[in-house]
Amino acid sequence: MKISLTVNGQQETADVEARTLLVHLLRDSLGLTATNVGCDTTSCGACTVLVDGESVKSCTMLAASADGRDVTTLEGLTPGGIDADPSTWHPVQRAFREQHGLQCGFCTPGMVMAAASLLKENPAPTAEEVRSGLEGNLCRCTGYHNIVAAVLQASKEKS
Amino acid sequence: MLRIEDPKFLTTGGTYADDLRDPRLEGAGHVTYVRSVMAHARVTVDPSAAAAEPGVLGVFTADDFRDLAPMPLPLPMLPPAMNRTYLADGVTRYVGEPVAVVVTEDKYAGEDAVELVAVDYDPLPAVVDPHDAAKDEVLLFPDVGNNTVLALEVGDPATVFDGCEIVVRAEIHNQRVAPVPLEVRGSACAWEKPDGTGRLTFWASTQNPHDARNIIAEALQLTPDDVHFIAPDVGGGFGAKFGVSVEDVLLAAVSRRLGRPMRWTESRTENMLSMGHGRAQHQSIGIGGSRDGNVTAYSLDVLQDAGAYPHFGAVLPFMTMMMATGVYDIPSLAVKTKSVVTNTSSVVAYRGAGRPEATAAIERAMDLFAAEIGMDPAEVRRKNLLPPEAFPLTTPAGANYDSGEYAKALDAVLEAAGYQALRAEQKRRRDAGDRKLLGIGVSSYVEITAGPEAGTEFARINVHPDGSVTVYTGTSPHGQGHATSFAMLASDELGIPVERISVVHGDTDLVARGGGTGGSRSLQLGGAAVHQGAIETVEKARETASDLFEAAAGDIVLDKTRGGFHVAGSPDEVRSWAEIAASADAEHGLIVDTDFKATGASFPFGAHLAVVEVDADTGKTELIRMVTVDDAGPVVNPVIVEGQRHGGIAQGAAQALFEEVLYDADGNPQSTNLADYAFPSAAELPDYELLLMETRSPHNPLGVKGIGEAGTIGATPAVQSAVIDAVAHLGVRHIDMPTTSERVWRAMNAGQS
Repeated sequence: MKISLTVNGQQETADVEARTLLVHLLRDSLGLTATNVGCDTTSCGACTVLVDGESVKSCTMLAASADGRDVTTLEGLTPGGIDADPSTWHPVQRAFREQHGLQCGFCTPGMVMAAASLLKENPAPTAEEVRSGLEGNLCRCTGYHNIVAAVLQASKEKS
Repeated sequence: MLRIEDPKFLTTGGTYADDLRDPRLEGAGHVTYVRSVMAHARVTVDPSAAAAEPGVLGVFTADDFRDLAPMPLPLPMLPPAMNRTYLADGVTRYVGEPVAVVVTEDKYAGEDAVELVAVDYDPLPAVVDPHDAAKDEVLLFPDVGNNTVLALEVGDPATVFDGCEIVVRAEIHNQRVAPVPLEVRGSACAWEKPDGTGRLTFWASTQNPHDARNIIAEALQLTPDDVHFIAPDVGGGFGAKFGVSVEDVLLAAVSRRLGRPMRWTESRTENMLSMGHGRAQHQSIGIGGSRDGNVTAYSLDVLQDAGAYPHFGAVLPFMTMMMATGVYDIPSLAVKTKSVVTNTSSVVAYRGAGRPEATAAIERAMDLFAAEIGMDPAEVRRKNLLPPEAFPLTTPAGANYDSGEYAKALDAVLEAAGYQALRAEQKRRRDAGDRKLLGIGVSSYVEITAGPEAGTEFARINVHPDGSVTVYTGTSPHGQGHATSFAMLASDELGIPVERISVVHGDTDLVARGGGTGGSRSLQLGGAAVHQGAIETVEKARETASDLFEAAAGDIVLDKTRGGFHVAGSPDEVRSWAEIAASADAEHGLIVDTDFKATGASFPFGAHLAVVEVDADTGKTELIRMVTVDDAGPVVNPVIVEGQRHGGIAQGAAQALFEEVLYDADGNPQSTNLADYAFPSAAELPDYELLLMETRSPHNPLGVKGIGEAGTIGATPAVQSAVIDAVAHLGVRHIDMPTTSERVWRAMNAGQS
C-alpha cells in the first residue's frame, strides 16, 4: 500500500506491506538508521521516535498507521548531523554528552527522543519523575545515573 | 574530558552491524535460523517446502556444511568431544539451537520461510538441573560417557576446618542471568569476487575482531590474511560477544555457496535463547574460625552449569577458585569444582566471569559467620582483611595479589554511608514496628583483571607529516571510550592536543594484532601500549631531530607545551612535530609499532554498601542507596571510569534483586524476551555515591588496574546482603538471588513461624 508522511520535515511517500513496521520503513526504506531495534516486545524503547510530537515505539506501530503523520527521529533533531556545532543541538543531546549519559550508544537515539518528549510534557521534572518517565527505555551500560542527570540538566537549560 | 566519540552517537546514531550500508553489501541475502523448540531430541529436517517458496534463495542443513573445519573451541582446554556442530547434527541439545539456515531476498520473508521448514523431533530425556546432570544418568554426549567438562580441586575438604571453634555452612545459588546487550548479535559479509572467492570482508558485533577473524578463517579453512574483519560500532557485549558464533561462521559459508553478500540480525528472542548466559553456579560454602571473629578456614564446592556446549562458562570455576578467599587472610582453604553440561543454552563470559561468583560466596560466608557469632558484619570483615603491608602476596589458591588497601576502602565506605547512623535507624524502625524495614549490606572485594597470565597488547603511533596523530589499538571498545582515554594518554607523552589525535580500532587490516576488549584488560594493556608507544615515538623523533639540529639525540628536548623539539639550552629554535614527522618520512610520517607486556595480572578491589527498604507486609524491596569505593589505580578519565562503575553497579543490583533466566523441567526457557526477563529500568534503581581511591599496580607503567567489572563484583553481594539484613531480625539467614518480593515474603514468614 502507498503511504505518505512527513519525516524530519521532509515529505516522504513509500510503498509498504501492510505488516511493515514503522521502524523498518525508517531504517530500510528511508535510510534513517539512528533509530534502533533492541527487542521484539515493546520493552526496550531503543526504537522511540516522535509521532506528531509524542514519543512512540516505532517497532510497535505499523508504517501504514503513520500515513499522513509527522515523524521525528534523532536525525531530525540535528539537521546538520555529526558536524553540527553542539550549540545547535537539542538541549537533551548536549546534556547527554556533558553528563556522559551514553556508553555504547545503542539505546541513545530512543533515550534522547523519550527524554525530549518527557521534557515537553513536564518541563521541570524531579529526579523521581525522570526515572518513572523513562521507565520504558532500557540501558545496559550506564546504570541510568548519568541519564537522569542529563535530563535534569536539560530541563534546567530549557526552563 | 568529554568523550570524543559522542557527537556521532548523539546526532546520526552509531553504525551498528544492522546499520551497515556498505556498497559491498548491495543485494545481500538475509539469513534466518530455524531453531530447535525441544531441549533434547533427535531431529530430522525437511527443507523442501521452504526451498520451493518464491523469494527463498536456499535452505541448508547440517549435511550442507561437511566441508567446514570443526567450529574452533572457545578455549583450548575444553573437550573436543563436547564441541558443538554448526547446526544440530542429528541431535539438538537446547531450545534455540540452530537446526537449519534459510536465506531469503527479503528480511520479513525469512521469518515466513522458517515456518515452512519441517523439523521432526524425536524427544530424548532432558537434563536441566546440573545436580541431575552430575548423576550422569542422562548423557548429552553418550560417547564421552559422562557430563563432566572440567573438575578442579585445591586443598583438603576433610581437614580444612581442623582446629576451628565454629563452622557455618550453607547452600547458595548464583543464578543464571542473561547478558542482554541492547544490540543483539548481527553480522554481514561479502566475498571479493561474485563467485564467493577472493578475500572475505566480515563485519560482526564482536568484542575482539582479531580472534573473531581467526575463528572465521579456521572454520572456512582460509588463512587469517584472507579475511578482513571489521567490528563496526558494537552496542554492548559484557563478555557475551567475545569471538564469533556458529551463526556468524555459517553466514560466510552460505555467502560463499550462493555467491552473494549476506546479512544476519537475530531477534531479541533468539538472543535470549542462544547468545549464552552468565553465572549459573551452585555453591556449598563452609566458613570456620573462632568466636572472637577470627576466620581461619573456608571451603567452597562449586557445581557449574555449563549449558549444552562448553564455552567460557565451563571454566568460570577456575576464576572462582583463584579468587575464593577474596580480601581475607584465611590460611586454610579447600575448593572443589565441577562443570557439567545440561540441556540449556551455553554459559558464557558475563561481566566479571567467575569473580562475582567468588565474591558472592565469600561475602555470604562472612555474613553468616558474623550472624553466628553475633558480631557486626562490617567488623568481622575488618578483623580479617589482608593488611596493606602483606602485599605483594600469594593466596592459598595461588593468586599473586599486587597491591591493596582493603581496610581503607571499607572504612571509607562505612564512613561516607554513615554506617552507625544507618544501624541506629534500622534499630529505631524495628523497635517502632515500622512497616518499612531498613537493610544494610556491606561487601569487601578483590578481583583479577587482565589475567591470569600476564597480558600483552599492541599499539601503533603514527605522527603524520601535518602533525596530527593516529593511534591504532588492538583493543576493541564498545562503549568504554578508548577513543578519548587513549588519545589523552598519547597527548600526555607527545604534547600534541587530543583534538589532533584519532584512535583506530576494530579493523584487522588497519590494526596488526590485538586481544580485543574484555576482562577489564583494555586500559592496563592497550592503554599502557599506547603510553609505551608514545614514549618510543618521542625517542624516535629525538633521533630525527638530532639530524635536523646536528646535535646529539640525548641533547634534544621535547617541549610539550609548544608541541615541538629543541636543543637543551636553546629553546628559541623549535622544530614542530609536523616538521619532524615530514623529515622522517614525507609521505607516512613517524610510525612506531609496539607490544606492551604486563609483568602480571592486576587485582582491583573495593567496598560496596547497599541500603534497601523492604516492605514488611509484601516483601517488596527498594534499593535506596549504593555507596562504593572501586580502586583500580590512577584514573585517566574520571567521567569514563565513573560510567563504568555506574553500569556495573546496576547490573550487579539487577542480579541481586531482579534477574534470572529460568527453564522448566523439560528445558523450555521461561524468559525469552524483555517482557519476561526482569531487566531493570531507571525507575528501579537509585543514584550511586562513588568514592575515589587510587592504589597503583606495579605491573604496568600507568599503575592502572581494570575497572570494567568492579560493579558486578562488589554490588551484587552488597545488595543481596542488604535485603537479608532487612529481615534478619525475623530469623532469616539467607535468601537466594534474585531476592524477589515473593522470596523475601516467604523468608519473612517462614522465619516468623
